Amino acid sequence: MNSPLESVTAFHVGPIPVTTAVIITWALMAALALTAFLLTRRLTITPTARQTVIELLVEAIDSQIHDIAGSSPAPYRGFVGTLFVFILAANWSSLLPGVEPPTANLETDAALALLVFLSVIWFGVRRAGLAGYLKSFATPNPFMIPLNLMESVTRTFSMFVRLFGNVMSGVFVIGIVASLAGLLVPIPLMALDMVTGLIQAYIFAVLAMVFIAATDSGSAASPPGATSPRPSSKG
Amino acid sequence: MDYLSLASILSAAFAVSFGAIGPALAEGRSVAAAMDAIARQPEAANTISRTLFVGLAMIETTAIYCLVIALLLLFANPLLS
Repeated sequence: MNSPLESVTAFHVGPIPVTTAVIITWALMAALALTAFLLTRRLTITPTARQTVIELLVEAIDSQIHDIAGSSPAPYRGFVGTLFVFILAANWSSLLPGVEPPTANLETDAALALLVFLSVIWFGVRRAGLAGYLKSFATPNPFMIPLNLMESVTRTFSMFVRLFGNVMSGVFVIGIVASLAGLLVPIPLMALDMVTGLIQAYIFAVLAMVFIAATDSGSAASPPGATSPRPSSKG
Repeated sequence: MDYLSLASILSAAFAVSFGAIGPALAEGRSVAAAMDAIARQPEAANTISRTLFVGLAMIETTAIYCLVIALLLLFANPLLS
């Protein structure tokens, strides 16, 4: 059985090895982009059934972002929504025969977590300026600077290890059961895997939003008690 | 069989088994507390369940760490090769 920590190289482009996960990721991106383009091509004031379904998804994401950030979801909708939709599609791509979800590879998850890490900085700087963002590390007092710096790294690390561990363990368990038992036995496990995939996509998007909002509200001078209680951002 | 590989296999199994105990207890407690809170305040169910999911993810990470350690021991052990 292949090690889940290694990735399978499909072919080489010059000196660069291209893994199967990269191919599947590009195929997923193409499929998602094409679907999004086709679905949003003719939008009308009185929505058709197709448009209603898209609006339902977008409004669900919007309301989640609004609940967490406590402000307009517009700046975050693109990033967080894309994260959710992409990870969901990647997790569920294991339903296609012969496809291993790209999120079951460490590299894909590390790239996604790196995006979140950079976007926390980007949104923080855009909201409060560079000085304001750097000052947010010194809250509640300057003694917390090393801890805050470490937290911003460890929570990114834990984010991608969590996604990798959950998706990979699902794939691994299905592989073991399929090799031990017959053809139809892993189906309940695959159903469980779908639920896990949905929850992990949701959690990844929510955590990304929580981290972004935590940096924002840490720098913005909001009165205490005005914000709704939100989960701790310790990873 | 080399005692290093034997020790690696055993400690991988122990890492997963003991690493699952703590998160299991913690997740049980947190779900029970969330159920209690939702029963008291059904209108806050949305906020509570979102916080619960994020908290469960945080708790679950410790078990996932143990799993990753076990996989490192089994598949990417620096002592064995």
